[in-house]
Amino acid sequence: MVYEKEVAEALNVCPECGYHRRTDARTRIKQLVDPDSFEEFAADLQATDPLKFKDRITYADRLKQEQRRTGEKDAIVVGKAFIRGRAVILGVMNPKFIMASMGAVVGEKVTRAIERATEDNLPLILVTASGGARMQEGMVSLVQMAKTAAALARLDDAGGLYIVVATDPTTAGVAASFASLGDIVIAEPKAMIGFAGPRVIANTINAELPEGFQTAEFMLEHGFVDRIVHRSELRSEIARIIDYCGK
Amino acid sequence: MPNDTKTSSPPAVARSLGDFLEFEKPLQRLQHDVDELEREQREMGRDLVGEIKQQRSRLRTRMRRLYGSLTPWETVLVARHPRRALTPDYIRLIFTDFCELHGDRTFGDDKALMTGFARIGGHRVMLIGHNKGKDIKERVACNFGCAHPEGYRKSLRAMRLAEKYGLPVVCLIDTQGAYPGIGSEERGISHAIATNLMEMSRLRTPIICVVIGEGGSGGALGIGVGDRVAMFQHSFYSVISPEGCAAILWKTAERRKHAAEALKLTAQELHKLGIIDHILPEPLGGVHRDIEAAAATLEKYVTMSLRELGRRTIDTVLRARSARIRGLGSFFIDPEEPRTRGKTPRARRPSASRVARISGRFSSVGISANLS
Repeated sequence: MVYEKEVAEALNVCPECGYHRRTDARTRIKQLVDPDSFEEFAADLQATDPLKFKDRITYADRLKQEQRRTGEKDAIVVGKAFIRGRAVILGVMNPKFIMASMGAVVGEKVTRAIERATEDNLPLILVTASGGARMQEGMVSLVQMAKTAAALARLDDAGGLYIVVATDPTTAGVAASFASLGDIVIAEPKAMIGFAGPRVIANTINAELPEGFQTAEFMLEHGFVDRIVHRSELRSEIARIIDYCGK
Repeated sequence: MPNDTKTSSPPAVARSLGDFLEFEKPLQRLQHDVDELEREQREMGRDLVGEIKQQRSRLRTRMRRLYGSLTPWETVLVARHPRRALTPDYIRLIFTDFCELHGDRTFGDDKALMTGFARIGGHRVMLIGHNKGKDIKERVACNFGCAHPEGYRKSLRAMRLAEKYGLPVVCLIDTQGAYPGIGSEERGISHAIATNLMEMSRLRTPIICVVIGEGGSGGALGIGVGDRVAMFQHSFYSVISPEGCAAILWKTAERRKHAAEALKLTAQELHKLGIIDHILPEPLGGVHRDIEAAAATLEKYVTMSLRELGRRTIDTVLRARSARIRGLGSFFIDPEEPRTRGKTPRARRPSASRVARISGRFSSVGISANLS
């Protein structure tokens, strides 16, 4: 028997099985940064509906619903903060908002965070979680992959440090852009990390997928993740890497 | 050796009845009538010149009407037409002295993505293109144009060579998407695509990208970042296939027509959204009905773009590329900025007047000239 309160106190990690629960952006920020050090920017950016998209409900309505439900404007929160006394630019994706899918707002906020880190010469930390590009924004969302990657090229040219913290789930369009481009890529235990959906792969190859496929451990084994870090140690690990990179 | 592409068979023009798409049924009937009249004339020695001419003109009128207003789903079908021109066709028709380069120097050689030196209109270029394959054997060999990580890494290697030797890069995009398989994930398909996006944004040589058929999501974008991005008139470019989108949002692939509509995946829609710069007109009835004409259009576009970009210093080109990418898909409301960004910030995109001039020639004027 495990109580909710116990889990919450353990940073949303189940004390018995070690399962790292998906965590909303505000809670995550509280867990990561020094108390009261977070200064959000680009907070009021809001999605439009460039495609006038409608499936079973309109995208405009879906956005309103999600905004009401979560109290957030979109699927990422970015700002400046301190982690163990080290100034950083921090972006945290919110898996509770349309599965943190990336549309124009997420792409723009990530890009602004990258640009801010470049201008202020601060380390950039992005905590990723995403179902991928936001279908309801069609190609507008796909090109956010190019936009964020190009901004990261400029950060890299300027010698900036970029640390990715990949959390459950980091997939598709986000995995294939900024989430894979960290100088250092950290992942939380058992987080799902992958490009194509497991069902799509299983259907394509017409076979069962191996145990542990597309997990953080799988990515570590295949050379795409530097370290798997328990949530309770993220702060100290980030601080340690920042110190090594001399920023 | 000058040309080592394997596909040397002449392009078959879509004439046999099996080549008609479902929505082309009315054309099929008219074509059948023409064929019948011709056969009668030939075999019975009757003079049917007048009737044949009349019937042919009816066929053309009908085709013009049909192709003048393709639905998004019909566009998808045309873009996937089994006889549509593929990268090897364009290599054969408009590039000379193609010198294919194989392998990513890490894992293997991915036949779904071809790379190599080539010449076009007096320019030396690095050509990169998806290959779906013409017949079953070739399609299996090149995995139906769905590349693995090694394909993207091979392209990046080719691009780096191009940068080193001052050759512009030409990318021909035609894929359902990157391959969703175990090996793909094991070898880091996400990482391979992401790296290409980042490196293409700062590659110190001009890059021209053209969607010739299917622009399938990340697999297309992985060779789709550049100074010019164009699409053939009936090609499509989408964040997800209409079938995939329908399966997720409507819970049934049957709704693919609706999904195709909703995704705004046609060249015309994407030009309006500022995602692509130019639309290349197709021959009446689609590329597969006159591959040579389509190739000539592509040749004209590529050489013109190469000339234009070649006149600028690489720093100017890179500044414009950065600005172009930075402005992509900027559809959001920012209360801190006085002007609402409902539309693509055209002003932030490079040489707006020049783009307009070229697109005038290649999109609106080009299409109407071609269809009338």
